[in-house]
Amino acid sequence: MNQAPTPDRHAKPGRLSAFTQFLKATELDARLVGTVAALLLIWVILHLLSGGLFLTPRNLWNLAVQSSPIAIMATGMVLVIVTRNIDLSIGSMLGFIGMIMGVVQVDVLPKLLGFEHPAIWVLALATGLVLGAILGALQGFAIAYLGIPSFIVTLGGLLVWRGAAWWVTSGQTVAPLDNRFRLLGGGPEGSIGAAWSWMVGIVACAAIVLLLAHRRARRKTFNFALRPMAAEIFVVGVACVFVLAAVAVVNAYPWPIGSVRRYAQAHQIAVPEGGLFIAHGIAIPVLIAIGVGITVTFLATRTRFGRYVYAIGGNPEATQLAGVDTRWVIMKTFMLMGFLAALAGAVSIARLNAATNSEGTLAELLVIAATVIGGTSIAGGAGTVAGAMLGAVIMQSLQSGMVLLGVDTPLQSIAIGAVLVAAVWLDTVYRRRFAR
Amino acid sequence: MRDISLAFGGIHAVDRVSIDLYEGEVMALVGHNGAGKSTLIKILSGANQPDAGAISIRGEPATIDNPRDARRYRIETIYQTLALADNLDTVANLFLGRELRTKWGTLDDITMEAEARKVIGRLNPHFQRLKDPVKVLSGGERQSVAIARAILFDTRILIMDEPTAALGPQETAQVGALVKQLKSEGIGIFLISHDIHDVFDLADRICVMKNGRVVGTARVEHVTKDEVLGMIILGKCPPGASPDSSADHGAARPSELM
Repeated sequence: MNQAPTPDRHAKPGRLSAFTQFLKATELDARLVGTVAALLLIWVILHLLSGGLFLTPRNLWNLAVQSSPIAIMATGMVLVIVTRNIDLSIGSMLGFIGMIMGVVQVDVLPKLLGFEHPAIWVLALATGLVLGAILGALQGFAIAYLGIPSFIVTLGGLLVWRGAAWWVTSGQTVAPLDNRFRLLGGGPEGSIGAAWSWMVGIVACAAIVLLLAHRRARRKTFNFALRPMAAEIFVVGVACVFVLAAVAVVNAYPWPIGSVRRYAQAHQIAVPEGGLFIAHGIAIPVLIAIGVGITVTFLATRTRFGRYVYAIGGNPEATQLAGVDTRWVIMKTFMLMGFLAALAGAVSIARLNAATNSEGTLAELLVIAATVIGGTSIAGGAGTVAGAMLGAVIMQSLQSGMVLLGVDTPLQSIAIGAVLVAAVWLDTVYRRRFAR
Repeated sequence: MRDISLAFGGIHAVDRVSIDLYEGEVMALVGHNGAGKSTLIKILSGANQPDAGAISIRGEPATIDNPRDARRYRIETIYQTLALADNLDTVANLFLGRELRTKWGTLDDITMEAEARKVIGRLNPHFQRLKDPVKVLSGGERQSVAIARAILFDTRILIMDEPTAALGPQETAQVGALVKQLKSEGIGIFLISHDIHDVFDLADRICVMKNGRVVGTARVEHVTKDEVLGMIILGKCPPGASPDSSADHGAARPSELM
């Protein structure tokens, strides 16, 4: 994670090294570049150790789907940690709300609307999301207005919601789920296919170009410094290549033979000799995670709410003196966190095709680890949503990689725990050396 | 401010204090640590609420329950700690709590940056690093940010809590020049200072506080530095000063009475 530029020995004092110049020209965040480098390094090592099993379309597709719930929650955790708080309750909240969504779609709604009614999945999801925001608001109120430390409130929440998850059905698992709802969890049916995936990729590239062009034009009208055209083109190029490469990878992962056979029978297509190649394309949970990432990034960087979140992290007293209603801002971050825990819960139970009362156990720790590995400072005031999502992929890569390598479960926990501590230590070293 | 009182757990931090300020006037508040200056001023800036007493602005009673109310009355404060969010850049700090927004309700960073360049350029032309986090700036630059924030939005009353405590001689002189300029624009200024020389250079009137009460108020030309020191240390009111703060305000317009 250390991308210290090697200084040119003959450089005049004050002259920038090539790497620093590159960062300055492209205005890329050094911390984020470091996280990407760490992820790539981990991938290559796992690929070599597993004898070429890791960097395959199939594994990368699964990795993306498995990372989604952690990534969704990590975006909210960034805002919570930036305001110098913590939320330990999200794993339990995910479990409890997952149970409620399961019961609503399996036991409650079919009696009212009929089995497999097309509105069931929306109503079940909406119930969960609203409940998530309410539970988050409850905890946020206790933290912001009653002044109870967030560590204590959410530690209580961890026990309360896990207990509540058991209490919903006295511990019974709820399965199978509504067929439409299950699409939220991915799988062959829960992916958008090759053609739509290319569409998404092309729209994303167009959006990147338009966004940067608009920004440049705005800065030009005010005569502000622009970054060099070469840097501009480089950033756009790298981003678009990355997007299209990701689409190509998920489009290279075919449906399993069983799914193809069922699909062919249902649509009366003859399966040719060598089998029918149907690509997965982007999985729906991954699209949800990307959508959440973009939305929360927008909230964090382009709205007053986000500005206040970071200001509170930097200096809570000054933010209050500046006339900001800091308590309401903090309560809102917890509401958003609860909402995202519910969304992650929907993805998790849909993927399992069952709601169990132990769903999401220890998820809070993975999310916090992902957020911190992604560069969010535990002291508050600094952190990016993109970094936290990358952190989620790093955590999931380590976990999936160890499963691929056949590492025993207890050893996996030991390794993940050690990586978390080491990552934060590296971050501390980084901040001390490069803090200007 | 009339008969303002505020007690913290039995200690009368401010005890039946009355003080007034006129348009285009600099009123210095001096006294020992714990004399009640900062507490009094925090009541005006909305950070503390008084137990008793009333504030009026231009003859109208004013209710200041929080910092937002104070800003609505166009009262701005430069705190001794500067009250900046260190992790944010200068532009974000200048507009904190009053961000400009585009027609979609998002932050209008570009317009804010342009406005910030204007006001900072006026205060401190050498200060260019507006997009760096405030924590990497020098003491003088940070002070410029705090001052710029206080005068950005058509201020009527400015409270300066030890504005020169962290500054070198050159920067102190800059602050002095700024105080004179703001005064000429008709802004009323409360100046809290430990530096008796600063006070005599900049203020029109001096109000001395001790143990939460006003010892006396005087025009600077009616008292000597020794007399003011006597007021601070012994709490004795010399003949040039008046225990009634509203007396002897000179040329200011009574309509500005607070």
